[in-house]
Amino acid sequence: MSCQFLLLLLLSVGVSAVEVQRPRGVPLSKRQFYEEGKPFTCLDGSRNIPFDRVNDDYCDCQDGSDEPGTAACPNGSFHCTNAGFRPTFIPSSRINDGICDCCDTTDEYNSGATCQNTCRELGRKERESLQKMAEIAKEGFLLKQQLIHEAKMGLEDKKAKLGDVQGSKKDMEAKVEALRTVKESAEQPEREAKERHLKAWEDQKALIQKEKDSARMAEVFLELDDDADGFVSVPELLSHSELDPDADGSFTEAEAQGLLGGVDKVDTVAFESIWSNVKEKYMSESNADTPAPEETSREEINEPVSDNESDQYPDDDIPEDEDDDDEEDEDDDRDEHDYKIPPTARTEEKKDDDEGAMPPYDQETQNLIDAAQKARDEFDEAERALQEVDDQIRNLEKEISFDFGPSSEFAYLYSQCYELTTSEYIYRLCPFNRVTQKSKFGGSETNLGSWGKWAGPEDSIYSVMKYEHGTGCWQGPSRSTTVKLTCGKETVVMSTSEPSRCEYLMEFTSPAVCQEPPSLEISSHEHQEL
Amino acid sequence: TANVLVFASHYRMAPLLVVGLALCLSGTWAVDKGNFKTCEQSAFCKRQRALKPGESPYRALLETMELTNTRLTLQLINDNNKVRLLLELYRLQGNITRVKINELKPLKPRYEVPDVLIREPTTEPLSVLSQDENGVVLSLGVESQRVIISARPFRLDIMEGSDVLMSLNSRGLLAFEHLRMQEEKVEDGMWEETFKSHTDSKPNGPSAVSLDFSLPGVEHVYGIPEHADTLRLKTTDNGDPYRLYNLDVFQYELYNPMALYGSVPVMVAHSAQRTTGIFWLNAAETWVDISSNTAGKTVFGKMLDYVQGSSETPQTDVRWISESGIIDVFIMLGPTPKDVFSQYASLTGTQSFPPLASLGYHQCRWNYNDQEDVKSVDAGFDEHDIPYDFIWLDIEHTDGKRYFTWDPHKFATPKEMLQGLMDKKRKMVAIVDPHIKVDSNYKIHNEIRTLGFYVKNKDGGDYEGWCWPGSASYPDFTRADMRAWWASMFAYDQYEGTMENLYTWNDMNEPSVFNGPEVTMHKDAMHGSWEHRDIHNLYGLYVQMATAEGLIQRSGGVERPFVLTRAFFAGSQRIGAVWTGDNAAEWDHLKISIPMCLSMGLVGISFCGADIGGFFKSPSTELLVRWYQAGAYQPFYRAHAHLDTPRREPWLFGPENTALIREAVRQRYTFLPYWYQLFYRAHVTGEPVMRPLWVEYPQDLATFALEDEYLIGRDLLVHPVVEEGARGVTAYLPGKDEVWFDVHTFQKHNGAQNLYIPVTMSSIPVFQRGGSIIPRKLRVRRSSTCMEHDPYTLYVALNLQRTADGELYIDDGHTFNYEKKEFIYRKLTFANKVLSSVNLAPDAKFTTDSWIERIIVLGASKPSKVTLKTFESAC
Repeated sequence: MSCQFLLLLLLSVGVSAVEVQRPRGVPLSKRQFYEEGKPFTCLDGSRNIPFDRVNDDYCDCQDGSDEPGTAACPNGSFHCTNAGFRPTFIPSSRINDGICDCCDTTDEYNSGATCQNTCRELGRKERESLQKMAEIAKEGFLLKQQLIHEAKMGLEDKKAKLGDVQGSKKDMEAKVEALRTVKESAEQPEREAKERHLKAWEDQKALIQKEKDSARMAEVFLELDDDADGFVSVPELLSHSELDPDADGSFTEAEAQGLLGGVDKVDTVAFESIWSNVKEKYMSESNADTPAPEETSREEINEPVSDNESDQYPDDDIPEDEDDDDEEDEDDDRDEHDYKIPPTARTEEKKDDDEGAMPPYDQETQNLIDAAQKARDEFDEAERALQEVDDQIRNLEKEISFDFGPSSEFAYLYSQCYELTTSEYIYRLCPFNRVTQKSKFGGSETNLGSWGKWAGPEDSIYSVMKYEHGTGCWQGPSRSTTVKLTCGKETVVMSTSEPSRCEYLMEFTSPAVCQEPPSLEISSHEHQEL
Repeated sequence: TANVLVFASHYRMAPLLVVGLALCLSGTWAVDKGNFKTCEQSAFCKRQRALKPGESPYRALLETMELTNTRLTLQLINDNNKVRLLLELYRLQGNITRVKINELKPLKPRYEVPDVLIREPTTEPLSVLSQDENGVVLSLGVESQRVIISARPFRLDIMEGSDVLMSLNSRGLLAFEHLRMQEEKVEDGMWEETFKSHTDSKPNGPSAVSLDFSLPGVEHVYGIPEHADTLRLKTTDNGDPYRLYNLDVFQYELYNPMALYGSVPVMVAHSAQRTTGIFWLNAAETWVDISSNTAGKTVFGKMLDYVQGSSETPQTDVRWISESGIIDVFIMLGPTPKDVFSQYASLTGTQSFPPLASLGYHQCRWNYNDQEDVKSVDAGFDEHDIPYDFIWLDIEHTDGKRYFTWDPHKFATPKEMLQGLMDKKRKMVAIVDPHIKVDSNYKIHNEIRTLGFYVKNKDGGDYEGWCWPGSASYPDFTRADMRAWWASMFAYDQYEGTMENLYTWNDMNEPSVFNGPEVTMHKDAMHGSWEHRDIHNLYGLYVQMATAEGLIQRSGGVERPFVLTRAFFAGSQRIGAVWTGDNAAEWDHLKISIPMCLSMGLVGISFCGADIGGFFKSPSTELLVRWYQAGAYQPFYRAHAHLDTPRREPWLFGPENTALIREAVRQRYTFLPYWYQLFYRAHVTGEPVMRPLWVEYPQDLATFALEDEYLIGRDLLVHPVVEEGARGVTAYLPGKDEVWFDVHTFQKHNGAQNLYIPVTMSSIPVFQRGGSIIPRKLRVRRSSTCMEHDPYTLYVALNLQRTADGELYIDDGHTFNYEKKEFIYRKLTFANKVLSSVNLAPDAKFTTDSWIERIIVLGASKPSKVTLKTFESAC
């Protein structure tokens, strides 16, 4: 009948479903507040109501405490005993909504839903899984102790090594200084000898140049002297329009005369004195068409200065043991090396070549040079060795001061990499370094983030790693990866996913996360009240 | 989802990379206006707009007039070219006048829009009151309404008593480009038109139609969605006209007249005296010019002189221009807003009655990655005790963007997933777009091709364009046989992996063609013998229609469908829900969601919503919370996000914000009974669910341009907080005899005042009108279906006379059985301290387990005694 709902029930005085022990939905711990027959006081103390209004499917208490077993209060909660499994509270809105929430089926007492009591099964499964987890935790925790021990040893080793290296650094610094002195004292005579040699060669070059010039002057005189009368005259000069001093297109007789020093003609002797007026512009009649040399394009010098990635990730100097990761670093080195060559050096050398090579050094000079070079090489080598030691110290210091967890239990992950292959990609996690992704079908590696920080919640900060500033995303942020660590006997990447574009999530197991199982008996407590 | 730019990130789609790149270079987060035509760039619009008001070249040939009982016909002649037109005039039931103008003898038939009117409208008798050589006066039957046909120049004036309600061609802008053979001397753009790299071959030449309407006494016009603009339409004298051309606009800009995804060519004009409407039934590209008080000076005929009065009367002039088809216009004469709604509903139908669950909260994202993801989001809602009804899957759920399929790895066992949701009484929506991957291994494609159901290109081959799957073809949804086939594809044995709790979303149905002109289909593509030019704005409606039909059929006609569409047209309200497309996570986009949905409601489409949070970009937490709060009080309530944005499920922003969002969603669920019965009313009457204040307070000028607040039904006033860092809002409470109750604090406020309301992050200013009774369900559960049998609480808000009334509608929430009178519909009245109930549908029958558990009376003092009476006879 459609009118049934029409009953305008201000208070539907339903039958309160009071159980023998306690009202429906009340946990044992709160039983004393619900005493049958006595007025009920809302648990927030706000109101007293007759007991028959407890669980009468109408909400009286602001805190919902009068309706623990019905859905009447929007903020109530219902207690499932769940014998055989864990007791739990559910929001009272889930009572009789047709969906089985409590494994003991007690939340669906009036909805028509057919729920199976699954508590025993769930309890069994949970115990099994807890037991398994406890076993793993136990074994993992043992492994962790070992890891801590190893980390401690490793740390001591490193500290000792650091001490050693720092000691040897002092010796090396002294050696570098000594070699610098040797080098400088060898370079002084070398420089003088080379300068002497160079000067001699330049003198000689000047002499040769002068001879060449005279020869050319004579040649030009003969060319200009068209009538071979031993004089170069104004008309003869006029046939060489390139000599026009103001290059205005008209080479006048007055201008030609000016070139000849104010006379109409000159003989070979006088020609010598006006040669400088002519020689720069004069074009030989035989090869007048020779084009002016064009300036060479220097585009090839403008190579990419450095690659962006190396700028972005200053952490790249962390040593990497894995071979295939080194490729990129080599690239970086090469680029840097190229950049250091001063671009002008190449062209100057070329110019020297054009004008003929300098004669070899005499034996004495060469000896001085060889000696200086040897001193230089020895110095460079010592300096490089010092540099290496510095690097070594820096790396050691970094590793020693790195946050590998409260007991350095994560230290063993340093310099390691772990892979996971999915249907499309190979993911690679190199803890404390970076995360990458590479298509199984080739293509280049994508950086999913470089080591950022420990990022777990306050109470377990070492349960999450954050890798940041990976390859940029189209119109988005740069890629980043969150690595969730869970206890496991082995160190394995369990799964990867991309919940949001370019934000990756990795699940990673490691014994280093395992906590000491509080007690092996935990799993046998069946009726644990939470 | 949608758009071209995003496509560029799909690096495997090399051929489209160029398109994306070009957009990238613009470098801004805004629409690339250059991709879409201005009026100047649209040859017919430019041509038509070049005509200025003046004396019309058209003359009515009164001697050709023929009047039957229901129809008047009359020839018009253009004195410049001697081409004759045929005017048809009808008086339709419910105070509507229909004017049709076509060529008397067109070279070939011109397109007349089918399938939009629900039936051939019922006509009423017309009679001649007087006639002379200057014109004819016809009686429209009611209230001394008359149509005056002036002969030279031709114009129509519709009058009531001494008032001119509307004049047609009073500015002489009637223009009808007749079909012709190609002449030697041709104007630019008449027989071919190029925009960017696309050439429109225009084999039929010029075919535009245009007509002007003058509205004396009108200063406010509304409607003609879809535009991201103010509720009150602006004049267009200094810019482009409003454009109606369904387009996939990437990152649309706000406050301009550019076309968007859908079109409803209906304008509503309102003044304190009267509300009228113009329905321009044309599916081709259309532009609407609006100007104000520039007319009124044109020469009226002798018969009109005496009614003219002061020339200072405000007036709005409107001009409609369409690229092809005919002039077929329905003049809805009101006089009240609700009359106009029912007049329009009598022509194109009412809002479909949605399943109750679809009024709940929808959780969407492009994309939920796999079944595991769906499961964990679903669990997240339970963990955080936030109700929701639908979880959505965007295009990535398919096998390579082949709709009707599932990704074999990510969604390997869809039924298992759907069963998991069903166990929680929840539902899912999966996307089915109308572009079909051209792939000979794809069953759907092969069948459509074999059946010859694809739209054809101008050369007769299957039309192909680029969309999400790469090369794609487009089924010709204008064909009834194609639609029937499409509907049959939703059968459970055809669409594998589906179950009854899977519903459908039609996106990209403008249609979107990434490499097409203006990102849509070439106008010279062919739908049978009609050009795409003729039917363009209708395509999206047909897609949604065929899809909804599929959902109905798969249930044997029992279950109501739920289909969301992006493109729409007049009549789309009959089919399902509409959303405002690809908005952005910006405060202004939150703000504009109100006028956008109000505009749609005015033209029949009540089931409207905007993507909560904004589709593009990532919202600040404050914006997201405010959007959840605002969206809780808009009809279609769905959160959605772009693929490239960070996750934003409600619990990802800290417990405080989770609580704020939970509270907003819970408020929505408590009001579901009210939403549901409003949709029932919208389904019966055509009146909008979400409505501007002036609809209820038509004489209150202060309400005419309000768009930061609105009414849900008649009784709830909502002024959401849409400003960043807001400390308060000022809401206008209308009605000098009204009182309004804050629904959260029950505080009473007088009407006809601007009320400043201080707000905190938890505030959603909502008021219940004194004099109303609103049913709610306060036992909010994890989905609306879980609340089915729960009891109601009645909120009785008393007015100054200490009375109130309201309704209560109940049915099964999801089937068509309400059509078989299986429902409860009661009127609730509170008067003389008695709350009583009357059965509004005595012949209807339905049994519910629900009861009324609580009655809250607002504005009354504490009663000393309460008694309950039941009258068996009242049943």
